Amino acid sequence: MNWKAFFAMLARDAHVARRNFVALLFQTFLQPLMFVFIFGRVMVGSGYMPPSYKSLLLPGIMAICMVGTGIWAVAMPLIAEFQFTREIEDRLLAPMDISWLAVEKVVAGTLQALAAGLMVIPAAWLLLRPGVDLNVPHPLLFAVVALLVALFSATGGLALGCSVEQTHIGLMFSLVVAPMIFFGCTYYPWSALEKFPILQKAVLVNPLVYASEGLRGTLVPQFPHLPMLAVMVGLVLFNVLLFATGLRKFHGKAVT
Amino acid sequence: MVAGIRTRDLRKVYTSAPPVGAGTGGFSFSGPKAKGKQPKPNIVALDGISLDIASGEIFCLLGPNGAGKSTTVGVLTTRVRPTSGQAFIGEHDVWQEQVAVKRLIGVVAQRPNLDFSLTAREILAFHGAYFGLSSHERAKRAEALLERFKLTDRADQMVRGFSGGMMQRLSIARAMMHDPQVLFLDEPSAGLDPQTRLLLWEIIREYNQSGKTILLTTHNMEEADALCKRLAIVDHGRVIALGTPQELKAAVPGGFLLRLRFGHHSPDLLERFRLLAGVREVRATDNNSADLYADRGGSLVPEIANLASAGSVELCDVHISEPSLENLFLHHTGRSLRE
Repeated sequence: MNWKAFFAMLARDAHVARRNFVALLFQTFLQPLMFVFIFGRVMVGSGYMPPSYKSLLLPGIMAICMVGTGIWAVAMPLIAEFQFTREIEDRLLAPMDISWLAVEKVVAGTLQALAAGLMVIPAAWLLLRPGVDLNVPHPLLFAVVALLVALFSATGGLALGCSVEQTHIGLMFSLVVAPMIFFGCTYYPWSALEKFPILQKAVLVNPLVYASEGLRGTLVPQFPHLPMLAVMVGLVLFNVLLFATGLRKFHGKAVT
Repeated sequence: MVAGIRTRDLRKVYTSAPPVGAGTGGFSFSGPKAKGKQPKPNIVALDGISLDIASGEIFCLLGPNGAGKSTTVGVLTTRVRPTSGQAFIGEHDVWQEQVAVKRLIGVVAQRPNLDFSLTAREILAFHGAYFGLSSHERAKRAEALLERFKLTDRADQMVRGFSGGMMQRLSIARAMMHDPQVLFLDEPSAGLDPQTRLLLWEIIREYNQSGKTILLTTHNMEEADALCKRLAIVDHGRVIALGTPQELKAAVPGGFLLRLRFGHHSPDLLERFRLLAGVREVRATDNNSADLYADRGGSLVPEIANLASAGSVELCDVHISEPSLENLFLHHTGRSLRE
């Protein structure tokens, strides 16, 4: 394995992310924080939502931020670089097995998703306080869940980025990303779907459910959430599935 | 270590639409047409290409668009998996030892593929980093290449705003950054102005003089003639002629080609042309045109005109080409390279 090439590519992605830092910041945080402000502050303040909603909302917002960042950071460049600008060709010709380039994309996406997730906690806390009741009894478990969520966002980005045609980017967001967020137990806990039993079962195919419920279970365990074992199994399975699919599609794009 | 290039009976059949820039060879769609369903295309891009390119040689693949040139380069540079056959760079099998092969080669693709998120200097530096060059070495080589390709004044600008010619120069500089033993240039001078083309030719010759092997593709005969020690003319995924430019030009019967157009002609008239001194071959191309290969050009025209008027045939147009690779291509395929 040629680690020099691998880290050089990681350095390239970090360099580009640094260059686009301000744009990335707005892209990642503006929408979720507006949501936090309206639902957590305005609606709770005006009495339409119970005060406890603030604490319930935060893990979901963190999941949205992480998944949005990871998918965006991996999928969008891949779609453009394979189809339009062909920028990736230079890296495909680097003296390294091309599977490692896919791994590098996943690592870069995971790091960005982790950074976004960890930055949204203080930002949302500042917007919502007082009354956010974060409670992390197992920091290590939280770290593992956060890592798995970040990894899922990046492997999802790899699979999507190598499957979606450039002309279908809009469809990708309206057909895949938006339903995933709305049916991903981000704005409500999974247990809230009890009155919709079919929907409650159906949303279990949505990996974001495990992400939001996992973060809920580790940040605000006082609220009902899926068992942590189910969360872990779900996240690991989706990570493996999405990475395997993404890698296969990546090879299909890289070599004709 | 110097390395040559070897291919054995390379075939490539695309079963889906081939990528842009990876030649689309002879289009031969086959398969039964299922009702309401598109037949799966079977596009033969390479149909048994065998080449032996010595180390230190400048070799050229000459052919029209879609002849299979880019697909050949794709196979040799790990980007297109051949349907059958073998490809070697030096002693390394391209498809068994991809990483070793990638260390030996530098590639300039037909379409610009520069990293738009970086400046010109960063593109060179990161490319060097992928190949494990130290940061000092990267900076030194990048500076020298930017200077050589006359890009120093734009070195620290994003390449997004570069003109086509500048992008092409930077692509070539990038391919040379890790000092590869074998350099692939896929239509390197397409879109370049004449001045830049001459600069590019000079750089290619210079790089070759340092012992490097160069494979370039072109549909420009002048370029093939000016640069290559040997060349292969490809069409429909096959090599139709191979040799030095001089050998190939000499292989055209007579050397000169006169393309004639009449009101109409007759086999009888063409037979009389064949008997003229210096005429080697006469071919009817359709009912009112003929190609005449001869070892002289202009001096034949009055004799042709006389014979035509004696046979009451109107001579509408005469075009004379001197010995060239274009004539060779035409002789082999009946088509012009530009068609």
